[in-house]
Amino acid sequence: MAEIKNYTLNFGPQHPAAHGVLRLVTELDGEVIEKCEPHIGLLHRGTEKLFEHKTYLQNLPYFDRFDYVSMMANEHAYALAVERMLGITPPERAQYIRVMYAELTRILNHCLWLGAVALDIGAMTVFLYCFREREDIFDFYEAVSGARMHASYFRPGGVTKDLPEGLLDRIEAFTESFPGYVDEYETLLTENRIWKQRNVDIGVVDKEAALAWGFTGPMIRGSGIEWDLRKTQPYDVYDKLDFDIPVGVTGDCYDRYLVRVEEMRQSNKIIRQCIDWLRANPGPVKIDDYKLTNPPRAQMKSDMEALIHHFKYFSEGFHVPKGEVYAAVEHPKGEFGVYIVSDGSNKPYRMKVRASGFAHIEALDYMCRGHMVADVVAILGTQDIVFGEVDR
Amino acid sequence: MTQETEDKLHDDISAVHEAAWPADVVALQEKFGDGVLSVERGLDCVTVVLAREAIVEACHYLKGHHAYEQVMDICGVDMSEYPGHPADAPRFEVVYHLLSVSENRRLRLKVRANERDLVDSVTEVWPTANWFEREVFDLYGVIFNHHPDLRRILTDYGFEGYPLRKDFPLTGRVEMFFDEMQWRCVYRPNRVENRELVQKSWPEGEHG
Repeated sequence: MAEIKNYTLNFGPQHPAAHGVLRLVTELDGEVIEKCEPHIGLLHRGTEKLFEHKTYLQNLPYFDRFDYVSMMANEHAYALAVERMLGITPPERAQYIRVMYAELTRILNHCLWLGAVALDIGAMTVFLYCFREREDIFDFYEAVSGARMHASYFRPGGVTKDLPEGLLDRIEAFTESFPGYVDEYETLLTENRIWKQRNVDIGVVDKEAALAWGFTGPMIRGSGIEWDLRKTQPYDVYDKLDFDIPVGVTGDCYDRYLVRVEEMRQSNKIIRQCIDWLRANPGPVKIDDYKLTNPPRAQMKSDMEALIHHFKYFSEGFHVPKGEVYAAVEHPKGEFGVYIVSDGSNKPYRMKVRASGFAHIEALDYMCRGHMVADVVAILGTQDIVFGEVDR
Repeated sequence: MTQETEDKLHDDISAVHEAAWPADVVALQEKFGDGVLSVERGLDCVTVVLAREAIVEACHYLKGHHAYEQVMDICGVDMSEYPGHPADAPRFEVVYHLLSVSENRRLRLKVRANERDLVDSVTEVWPTANWFEREVFDLYGVIFNHHPDLRRILTDYGFEGYPLRKDFPLTGRVEMFFDEMQWRCVYRPNRVENRELVQKSWPEGEHG
């Protein structure tokens, strides 16, 4: 009889289903995964080292480049961390704008996730549908910041500038049509036989495992734990808004899909509430301490002191008191945390970014064991991995 | 205000502060005694500095008795250039951020270590600590004892040095290029100049 040996298969680092640069070394018994070892770090850019040599303001744009499909959500964590160190609270209007954009970002992220995962599993159309909506949200990004992806719009102390005229109407029009678009995605997938065959009972994670492996976001909610920082540790104005937290039952890929789809609908609901509030309440969008934000352009042209503030703010930056803080937000992928250690100067002494994807992909081995090779793609997809944040 | 009333006020304030320590921190102090080096109230949560030997047992205890089901983050800090850091104090801090999902609490633990010191791995408490500790090892060279698989994680295969240490240059030590003759990627000593566009500064009257 022929001798049967395990087969080692290398996957990536360049592979269309790897969602970036991931190398997997898998050990197979026939077509069954015995061990699956991710090699990460191929997109490591040393951002945390760079942070220590840049001022707090210069560090902000790097946050767009962590999870490069949910840019503003990353900035949100950074802005909150710095604000907590400085002991400032941005004006309420800025908080509503930030929440609105954080939720638009959630839709942006989930649309990319859904399209890419469906494409990996073989459904082409969903990808095209999702990218149609992403295009609209990129337009909203562009309207406030001038950039379609890497916006640098949230700042410690508020946001860079107020919403341009007419933008709220455009966002409202989007929120009116968006639930219909989500119905379209669901028509294509939710009851789809192939989609279910590829996702139901794949990558099951029970509650204990989800906690032990440090899961957060849709990954932990898919396993049936009701944990959402927007509800449990609310930041900005989330405690004033009405929305629900979808929770899964079995903890498989299909549940996580349903959780994310429902999150899109809930985000849409939050955005609508923000629009109503923002229409009724004009006001400042950043704090008026010109040591921590830049003065208005017009004032700078006529007032010497404002000019000095402007110059100091954009060259030397601002000083953050000695201390340390950890601030986390409910990022579309999970808990995105920023840990800052400050030595009282204008640059962080140490800044660590806690990326949810890092913990999720670590559990890939646990989730893949005993599954078929083809399921690796489905499991990798369900984790919503983006290497910008995993490798930093 | 007289000295006496001021003292009394001070006592009252510290009494309130001491009474307000969370139950898990008090329990930790009682159970580990000298193992708890200091307790500090941070801006976001309480920071407990532990003796290096106590970390695994403390984590087991916090997970088992105080519902810290998750370790959110483990990271290293190189304290060697921190203003006021004593020269004889250990160089590195390993910072653990714990989260209790069921009771909605956070806690920060710290241990201190030098280059040659071994920090016990908490992988047996939370399996997710595995990669976080690998990252600390990779970037700072802190060595974790009883770690199942202590390898580099973020840097290149065969990388030399610990990039997040304060004495490691920002531009690195080597650069990579594609050699046409050998038809492969090779390293050569770095020729990029280190430049700092904005100097580090402190508010007037203070300095590092």
